[in-house]
Amino acid sequence: MSIETLSIILLLFIIVGALIAIETPDLLSAVICLGTIDIGFTILFLFLKAPDIAITQMVVEVVCLVILIRATIRRDKAVVTGERQFFGLMVTLAVIAVLALFTLRAVPFLGEFGAPVFTRVESAPAARYLSDGVKDTGAANAVAAVILDYRGYDTLGEATILFASVVGAVALLRRKPRKEVQEADL
Amino acid sequence: MNNQPQQPVQEMTAGMSIVVQTVTRWVKSFIFLFGLYIVCFGHLTPGGGFSGGVILCCAFILMMLAFGRERALRRLPLGRAGVLDSVGALAFLVIAVVGLFIGGVFFANWLAVPAAAALQRLCAAIGVEPFHLLSAGTIPLCNLAIALKVCTSLFLVFAVLAMLRVEQQEQEE
Repeated sequence: MSIETLSIILLLFIIVGALIAIETPDLLSAVICLGTIDIGFTILFLFLKAPDIAITQMVVEVVCLVILIRATIRRDKAVVTGERQFFGLMVTLAVIAVLALFTLRAVPFLGEFGAPVFTRVESAPAARYLSDGVKDTGAANAVAAVILDYRGYDTLGEATILFASVVGAVALLRRKPRKEVQEADL
Repeated sequence: MNNQPQQPVQEMTAGMSIVVQTVTRWVKSFIFLFGLYIVCFGHLTPGGGFSGGVILCCAFILMMLAFGRERALRRLPLGRAGVLDSVGALAFLVIAVVGLFIGGVFFANWLAVPAAAALQRLCAAIGVEPFHLLSAGTIPLCNLAIALKVCTSLFLVFAVLAMLRVEQQEQEE
């Protein structure tokens, strides 16, 4: 079985899982279906030779499922009863249609499946990352060399986003206020 | 479908059954060790600071689920987790800024491509060469900082969300 058919099968599996997750009224089943999506992506990344992404996808998925099930789902209503909003559904479908149109226009420029841009374009930075990565950074893992050396600035932004979101969550959900309620605050 | 047993408040504070607790007692150190491995070898094998940090966090979350939040919070109190979170973020930034002063560029890998003579002697003394644990300059340090940050961040989020749930149930009763 070629990698292409395998990814098509996995993508169909992921789409079916996503549809079930949307349609099922039971929240716990929906969360478990989300888990099947993540499993599908993990296997897909493994077959596409991206073990770094596969590991990250796997562990983040586990933690997200645990947080969703333990910390939020028991507190909420377990079964969704309300009707779906017509306007919101239409907006979503329109956005998906526009994105699909752009994707269809962009796909021919990507080239063959399994042949990334840097194998065709000499001046692409990724070609240099692969050829000079060990000499420049000394890191045997090219992914680590890219995300922490060549593209460290992006990683700093990512870390800042995580930090800011955690600060926000902790500040909103903490048990006691830090200072006394004063007249001026009210 | 709606008849899920509503578990009492003690469940989160007292933990799960003795089977889960025993397995957790054996497994949690290995999970932690595996996380450390993923972090420390992030520049040689697949993995890195982010995924390793999440695995480290998994050990704490497992402890919290199995033994209840009191015991997990005794190991890693929320205040200390917050401090470690900030320390990780600051360490990452400090590594980047030191690169600005020594290497001339923000995020310069100032240990792998040493500009100063003293650093060059230091690197030669340690024996820095590719495919060894002590290689790749600042990348392992960045991995450690990010792992510290991600681990404590996710633990903080989980602990805070779990505590909110317990508080609300206490108020309803």
